[in-house]
Amino acid sequence: MIPEDFTYFAPGSLPEVWDLLRQHPDDAKILAGGQSLIPLMKFRLATPAYLIDLRKVPGLDTLAERDGALVIGAMVREAATEHSQLIQRRYPGIHEASAVVADPLVRNFATIGGNIAHADPANDHPAMLLALRASVVAHGPNGQRTIPLDDFLVDTMETSLAPDEVLTEIHVPQPAPRSGSTYLKLERKVGDYAIAAVGVQITLDGDVCTQAGIGLTNVGPKAVRATQAEMFLTGKQPTEDVIREAARLAAAAAQPVSDLHGPEDYKRAMIRTLTARALREATQRARAGGVSA
Amino acid sequence: MTSEAPIIRGMGHSVKRKEDPRFLRGKGHYIDDFKLPGMLYMDIVRSPYAHARIVNIDASKALALPGVLAVITGKDLDAAGLAWMPTLMSDKQMVLPVDRVVYQSQEVAAVIATERYIAADAITLVEVEYEPLPPVMDPHKATDPDAPLVRPDRDAKTNHIWHWEAGDAARTDEVFQNAEVVVKQDLYIPRIHVCSIETCGCIASYDKIDGKLTVYMTTQAPHAIRTVFSLVSGIPEHKIRIISPDIGGGFGGKVPVYPGYVIATVASLQTGLPVKWIEDRSENLQADSFARDYHISAELAAKKDGTMQALRVKTLADHGAFDAAANPSKFPAGLFSIITGSYDLQAAHVEVDGVYTNKPSGGVAYRCSFRVTEAVHTIERLVDTLALALSLDPADVRMKNFIPPEAFPYKSPTGWEYDSGNYPAALQKAMAKIDYAGLRREQAEKRARGELMGIGISTFTEIVGAGPSHTFDILGIKMFDSCEIRVHPTGSAIVRIGVQTQGQGHETTFAQIVAEELGLPVENITVEHGDTDTAPYGLGTYASRSTPTAGAATAVAARKIRDKAKKIAGHLLEVSPDDLEWQDHKFQVKGAPGRSVTMKDIAFAAYTNFPQDVEAGLEAVDYYDPPNLTFPFGAYICVVDIDRGTGMVKIRRFVAVDDCGNIINPMIVDGQIHGGLTMGMAPALLEAITYDEYGNIQQSNLMDYLLPTAMETPVWETDKTVTPSPHHPLGAKGVGESATVGAPPAIANAVVDALSHLGVTHLDIPITPWKVYQILEAHGAAEA
Ligand SMILES: Cc1cc2nc3c(=O)[nH]c(=O)nc-3n(C[C@H](O)[C@H](O)[C@H](O)COP(=O)(O)OP(=O)(O)OC[C@H]3O[C@@H](n4cnc5c(N)ncnc54)[C@H](O)[C@@H]3O)c2cc1C
Repeated sequence: MIPEDFTYFAPGSLPEVWDLLRQHPDDAKILAGGQSLIPLMKFRLATPAYLIDLRKVPGLDTLAERDGALVIGAMVREAATEHSQLIQRRYPGIHEASAVVADPLVRNFATIGGNIAHADPANDHPAMLLALRASVVAHGPNGQRTIPLDDFLVDTMETSLAPDEVLTEIHVPQPAPRSGSTYLKLERKVGDYAIAAVGVQITLDGDVCTQAGIGLTNVGPKAVRATQAEMFLTGKQPTEDVIREAARLAAAAAQPVSDLHGPEDYKRAMIRTLTARALREATQRARAGGVSA
Repeated sequence: MTSEAPIIRGMGHSVKRKEDPRFLRGKGHYIDDFKLPGMLYMDIVRSPYAHARIVNIDASKALALPGVLAVITGKDLDAAGLAWMPTLMSDKQMVLPVDRVVYQSQEVAAVIATERYIAADAITLVEVEYEPLPPVMDPHKATDPDAPLVRPDRDAKTNHIWHWEAGDAARTDEVFQNAEVVVKQDLYIPRIHVCSIETCGCIASYDKIDGKLTVYMTTQAPHAIRTVFSLVSGIPEHKIRIISPDIGGGFGGKVPVYPGYVIATVASLQTGLPVKWIEDRSENLQADSFARDYHISAELAAKKDGTMQALRVKTLADHGAFDAAANPSKFPAGLFSIITGSYDLQAAHVEVDGVYTNKPSGGVAYRCSFRVTEAVHTIERLVDTLALALSLDPADVRMKNFIPPEAFPYKSPTGWEYDSGNYPAALQKAMAKIDYAGLRREQAEKRARGELMGIGISTFTEIVGAGPSHTFDILGIKMFDSCEIRVHPTGSAIVRIGVQTQGQGHETTFAQIVAEELGLPVENITVEHGDTDTAPYGLGTYASRSTPTAGAATAVAARKIRDKAKKIAGHLLEVSPDDLEWQDHKFQVKGAPGRSVTMKDIAFAAYTNFPQDVEAGLEAVDYYDPPNLTFPFGAYICVVDIDRGTGMVKIRRFVAVDDCGNIINPMIVDGQIHGGLTMGMAPALLEAITYDEYGNIQQSNLMDYLLPTAMETPVWETDKTVTPSPHHPLGAKGVGESATVGAPPAIANAVVDALSHLGVTHLDIPITPWKVYQILEAHGAAEA
């Protein structure tokens, strides 16, 4: 429970971060809330020689709507998204995901940026943000680029971030009118990682689904987009039969493995149950007028 | 002379806990809070293998690290005759291995360094070469002819440790042969871990000048440890001082002696400097002694009308690599023979066979009063199995078979004498409180709609307070306990006891006993324990024994003081002591209530104005040898709802009616019940330690070992009945473990009840959502 020796930096600007990353290309790690990285270091599963803390880098704490998107700065803490009025009102799925990450103590430190950058399929935000069709901004010495989350998440604990890039922002497209989102997580105790979880967003036109987003947590090497289910829903009225079929398709997209969180079959079945419930809830929310301004 | 009756707040008062102000303000003193001058730090190299030969240990790289003073191996200890130590169960246990490791995470070598961080770095530099051996993981295969030998050091070349039995086999078989109905159930009570908030640790500090060894230690039994340390090390007992400061939870896990304590002591003896060793969470969870792990096969014989007649039980006990349980010496299976429970049976026979496997030691008495959890789970599940087989209501079957209130003291078929009980009253109270009839109606309606709801009952009998010297000892030391009281001239007092709190609230409840008996305000009484140089000898706190033993000693010691005080009171009031009576917490002249003296007046006189024929001072000691154990009991009813889409079990209500005799502090009893119920829910729904076939533990941290939090805990509804113990001076019984013992079967019974219409008759704990879901799916009852 005692990490290996490391050197700690808390630079005051992005260029200083890039410099440090360039000086220590193989053995430096960015530190955000530390709620994933520090435990790994304490177990000595991660042994970075240099930690570059982002806490003093300005401009990473935006939480506002801008140019048709919700912008979440990389250092916005889970507690902030959990308690934000804006998020609760317009992005209930993000609110619900934040509220089931770990416990309040962890949430006071943990960041959504870290939750995605860590690229752990057990983390809760990637699936929800897939459903919301989010993208991330990667900022390096040669400028910034916007990466759709689908492309950002490469594999277990692997992202498409270049070694000298920093994730600075998450962009979530503002939901169209008559949209509803929700995140449903099955866990055996609070603070546990999901047995399985599902993030969903439904957009209706009249009573027809014009866009559906479905992301799955902890049932694959990375957060899984249930593409078939999304396509099946699109253009249909989300009736009970349609929802059940979409849930079945989502379960088919899951690639769970048996572990302490349950056997493979069970996890697949849970994706079906949770997807159906999440779709019912999201449809309900969309019908109820969806998000308010 | 006349005195106002003082405000005492003795027996029956919910006095706020005297220890809480320091705990709540972060001012408790746990081992890791102590820093002694010149202190060194120890860390431990542990085995990655469950079973392996040690080919070589190369410590040169570790020793080369600046700040590392020593690397201690089994060979070093062997040279001093300390590579092995005795366990409390007449087995022996490796301190550090000389040639083989027998479980994963076993201690292999220890590093002593000037800083904690250096010690942690150094253990990664100790190079150990292992030759892996096939491990014995399945206890059912441990005694196969081709099973590898876990303990070749023993003369007996078998993994079988002991066979133990109780009851009358022939008589039991006879009842079974003539029985109208026999129900049988196999149960596995899984291996679990106590997981106290504070892990284990110590600071061993040997003073080379005066030859005195002081060990600050997370122990529930400081005196017994002192004696064992003296016997093993040869250091005279007056030169050993064990200090057990604030303890962050024990639950039985801090009764055994762990290798770390001994190695740290050896290191301090060698260096003459204090050596601190604190386990981290993973070490605690992987290597410290475990609880339960009983494979039980049980049968109940009955009449068709539901009358229970006899019980027959065979058990396989997985003890890991060492029999390092902490039971009384004559009880290798603890008090498992309480298994006939609250029911009046004609006969019973119980067998247990202990085996070795390549796992850490098992059998620690985790808040279970020595295997009572396993016993209660078995009988309470069997009663429900019988009720289901006969289509009877489980409450009716219990009422029909309870030992009747007028049958106490009751001699059980396995030889116990239950002191007192009124089981029907407790169950009736619980049923009324939860509206049992209403719940059954609700269940029928829900079932008709396809919804799953279950009601589970557990009417357990506990057995606590070990115990009478004719039967109970640990390594030959009889299981009495003690109290020493000194009343100061100004009417305050210090009380020292032989038991050791780990959160039970002794500083408060023992003060209340003295307050009640002596008529002194509770706030004027200090309770101390845990320092062997000052506290009287006692066997420590576990198995709910503090109130039955040391609590009784405290009452008796106080009464000795009161006897003396009476003489002084007579002197002060100028009457014969025979003319005095103890009324309203003071002595008054019979028939003249206006003439009285308080204990405060008497205490002052005991030092300033005592009669010629009375010694000065006001103090007493008592070593109390209880005539019998105490038998608390309770009736628990649990209501669960099951999510048909996920298999998740939710406890909707839980009513716990407990009877622990006369109550010292109702708030503390309630707290004990709340905590115990939560700890009972945990193994029912969440916790279990498992190993893969190679011997790797699968829950080695708190991400994988699911401890419940307040969020998983339902609102416990507690109530009580009061049936005093006839033999305890205060009429009190132990209570610390009742809820842990009684809760699991109530929950398991509720889940089985919810699923019984699908043909389910049993579920082993922990009841995971996927176990339930698989059943629902198989019966087409899952949410589509
Ligand atoms: C007890 C406990 C329970 C938990 N339970 C859950 C749970 O139920 N669900 C869940 O989703 N999570 C859970 N977590 C994880 C927690 O939410 C993490 O904090 C989160 O996943 C990572 O965020 P962080 O800010 O702490 O990142 P850090 O730990 O600081 O970093 C994580 C990784 O991301 C990298 N990184 C972080 N920020 C950036 C950036 N801006 N640019 C580039 N790389 C970056 C780091 O280098 C590191 O590799 C739990 C954690 C704990 C301790």
